[in-house]
Amino acid sequence: MTWWHRLLRRRQLEDQLDKELRFHLEQHTADLIARGDDPEEARRQARLALGSPEQVKEECRDARGTRWVEDLAQDLRYALRTLRQRPGFAAVALLTLALGIGATTVMFTLINGVLLKPLHFPDPDRLLTLNEQTKGITDYRWGDLWAYSYPNYLDCKRQSSSLDMAAWRYNGGTVSAPGEAEHVDGAEISSALFPVLGVTLSRGRTFVPEDDQPGGAPVAIISYGLWQRHYGGSSAAIGRPLVFEGKSYTVVGVAPSGLRLSWEPDVFTPIGQNTQPYMQMRDAHPGIEVWARLRPGATLEEAQTELAVIGRRLASKYPKTNTGRGFLARPLRQELVVELIGADRGTLWLLLGAVSLVLLIACVNVASLLLARAVSRERELAMRVALGASRGRLARQCLTESAMLGLAGGALGVWLAVVGTGPFVAIWPGSLPRAEEAQLDWHVLVFALAVSLLSGFLFGLAPALRTPTHHLDQILRAGARTVAESSRRLHSGLVISEIALAVVLLVSAGILGKTLLRLSSLDPGIDLRNLLVTRAALAPAVLANPKRIPTAWQELLDRIRRLPGVQSATMVDTVPMREGNNQIGYWTTSALPEKHQMPLALSSSVTPDYLKVMGIPLLEGRFFDDHDRMGSKPVIVIDEVMAKHAFGSKDPIGKNLWMPDMPCIGPKGETFHDCTNPYEVVGVVGHVRYWGLAGDDQAHVRDQFYYPFAQVPDPFLARWSELMSIVVRTKIPPLSLLEPLRREVRGATGDQVLYEVYTMQQLASRSLAQQRFLLLLFGIFAGLALLLACIGIYGVLAYVTSRRVPEIGVRMAFGASARDVMQLVLGQSLVMIFAGVGVGTAAAFIAARLLEHLVTGVRSIEPLTFVVMICVLVVAALTASFLPARRASRVDPMRALREE
Amino acid sequence: MTVKSDLPQGTLELLVLKVVALGPVHGYAIAQRLQHVSRYVVQVPQGSLYPALHRLENRGLLAADWKETETGREAKFYRLTRKGRAQLEKEAASWERLTEAVGLILGLSEGGAQ
Repeated sequence: MTWWHRLLRRRQLEDQLDKELRFHLEQHTADLIARGDDPEEARRQARLALGSPEQVKEECRDARGTRWVEDLAQDLRYALRTLRQRPGFAAVALLTLALGIGATTVMFTLINGVLLKPLHFPDPDRLLTLNEQTKGITDYRWGDLWAYSYPNYLDCKRQSSSLDMAAWRYNGGTVSAPGEAEHVDGAEISSALFPVLGVTLSRGRTFVPEDDQPGGAPVAIISYGLWQRHYGGSSAAIGRPLVFEGKSYTVVGVAPSGLRLSWEPDVFTPIGQNTQPYMQMRDAHPGIEVWARLRPGATLEEAQTELAVIGRRLASKYPKTNTGRGFLARPLRQELVVELIGADRGTLWLLLGAVSLVLLIACVNVASLLLARAVSRERELAMRVALGASRGRLARQCLTESAMLGLAGGALGVWLAVVGTGPFVAIWPGSLPRAEEAQLDWHVLVFALAVSLLSGFLFGLAPALRTPTHHLDQILRAGARTVAESSRRLHSGLVISEIALAVVLLVSAGILGKTLLRLSSLDPGIDLRNLLVTRAALAPAVLANPKRIPTAWQELLDRIRRLPGVQSATMVDTVPMREGNNQIGYWTTSALPEKHQMPLALSSSVTPDYLKVMGIPLLEGRFFDDHDRMGSKPVIVIDEVMAKHAFGSKDPIGKNLWMPDMPCIGPKGETFHDCTNPYEVVGVVGHVRYWGLAGDDQAHVRDQFYYPFAQVPDPFLARWSELMSIVVRTKIPPLSLLEPLRREVRGATGDQVLYEVYTMQQLASRSLAQQRFLLLLFGIFAGLALLLACIGIYGVLAYVTSRRVPEIGVRMAFGASARDVMQLVLGQSLVMIFAGVGVGTAAAFIAARLLEHLVTGVRSIEPLTFVVMICVLVVAALTASFLPARRASRVDPMRALREE
Repeated sequence: MTVKSDLPQGTLELLVLKVVALGPVHGYAIAQRLQHVSRYVVQVPQGSLYPALHRLENRGLLAADWKETETGREAKFYRLTRKGRAQLEKEAASWERLTEAVGLILGLSEGGAQ
């Protein structure tokens, strides 16, 4: 008979067991009678020899191995019954748990989707990302890892036998036909990219190697979204022309919907057709991304060894550029996630931690509710022990009950999580990468199940361990209205831990609030009001001819200035507090050290109005004017930070700086790098919080300087113009100017578009988005924690004092006043509160350090914040204790004594 | 009456298997036979016999059928399965090895161990 049979045929087995034992007894009795015993005596003897039939039966049942299931069913029925008896308790406990588990599950759903899920490519674990690695040269942000240069990529690809390699690089631009002109993100890709990723196009073909070389036919693959927007999803799109950056391409394929590299490109073009000079350079180049797939049978180690060999080979072939330059392969998923998430990764874990604290408080609350009930059931339990129930059995029953509560709470929590994840992602500052992956899957379900069971175990533990085993007689004899000292200690312990947890969350929320206040009041260095910032693309036809570019910009600015509501307008390539920056090394003498030893400064190329439009104060010297042009002495204006950094207390005006990476033309008319001419400092201006209100103080590169756009040499103008933004100071609310501005900029050919439009205030506020978002959540968590802790304190005190009514009655009978009784109860609660605050403060210090580490702008030591938040808690907790205390003080001594 | 010792752990099942090996038999008869065989040495508490029988049955070492006894009453008769016989042989052999070894050690004369 199998285990299942034994479980299902329980009734039959019981009958047979009964029959078997009866047979035994009757047979034994008959034998004894036959031997001459008196029948009555014979029955007694037989029974004695066998022992208690019930006990034998119990042991036989144990032998079946189905016992625990039967017990479980019994326990579940019992638990259900007790819960139904007290629907109020069940509702509070379930709600508390559902909130705790729901919030935790939302956070885990996000972490699972964003950080843990594999990439959406077939066999994603064999995908690698490749970088160049340099000896000795390190950058603060990326360390010694650098993007590949195109020639190095080609060499590696040709020589590698363990990797299938592919390359791509960002290439944004304007799609001007068919349909309405639109600025899109694009990518130049090698023909191998789609095969390497294992992506099949939804229509058409991928690039072939013939496309991926200079002079190949102009072909493009478009994204699913672009296909829908500009071609109406028509299958006739294949073979139709697409005008991108003023150049006509033939559409050969449509990418599957939702395909993303680091972002979602709309237009793919062959990287091999890019004939820019920098694509041929091995050292100074904008860099390309290289992804690869391990060939069947190859391992990451083999690939690594092979790349090292190739690195050495290239170093001996091109010593000038490749000495000390190696190549490194790493798993793509890991790197992509790091790159995508960046700072968000810490935020996610931080929130999971905070949410776990809320869950812990919820558990403690339910535990103290359960405990109170367990204590009032103490006599019942003692009775059952006296009747033969084992302690383990009773503990198991307690745990079954709490596990059931936990699971029910968990089920509600999962439902909350399913409903809540979407809105939560929506309020995430900026856009959370891979957020579309944040959905319920079995990982999340397993997590929620584990959390539910774990919390069930946590809050069931205390009551389960309290099942009585000693002094049963005392418990049975004693009146119902006594509280054992041990249970009072346990209760206090629960309240203390609850308060400690609440302190951690409150102080964290306080610190974040303080940080936000402090950061918002910082001077950004510019006048944020009434500033509109937008990128603008010149018509591709204009960009093709550098001679025409400066006039085109000039005319554009003039047209904008004439718009009603516009006060002034200027141009700049890098905008403060927006993504993107340009770091350039400088030196104060012409004896230049190695490049990586030079200090870096943020450079911005601007028109002369820039200072006035942005409202940056001029501290010394002059800003640019129309005399600073090609052919005149190259000039720069530095900010106060750079002035101090570069020149100390000396007057910087008239001094020279050498900056080899500035756009300039060498003696033979060649472009780029190793520029030897100095730049003269003509002015010093105020510092601008370029890295955002929060991040600027901690930033590694804080020096800033400006140079005139008019002194950018012709060969660079097209590239610079792609980067240019327009800043408009308005007399009216900036965003109301957007439509007239769009119309004005569109131009004769209709292909000049504005994109990435912000007001300066939006950018500033966005630079605090992380802090604001965390404050919001921590505020909610801390509020929840405070509420739960108060409920907990109230519940425990109400319970403990109600059990002490007879004692209080005696005290009052002996002359204690209502005041004394209140003091007694409040004193008891104060002890718990201060113990909790003590433990919590210590923990809060650790939490504060963590916040300081993870959130920019946070300072961990904020004594005032600590004090204020702790006061809030103490006041709330005392208020919660006041009600039970007052009730205790109104005890009528006579009635109290009679009740005993 | 001599002093009776408890059964060493696990031996009850061995004894039960051995008794059942002699032919199909019901619980009461097993109890009688055990008592008879080892009257003055080993105390077999009858109460633990049935749990042991059920354990062995659930492990598939014994099988049981309801049959009539000579007196015409229905009783549960246990018999040894093939698996039970193998187990019996294995345990009997290991029991013998154990007693032999214990006997050897107890038989050593003082100082006899080199």
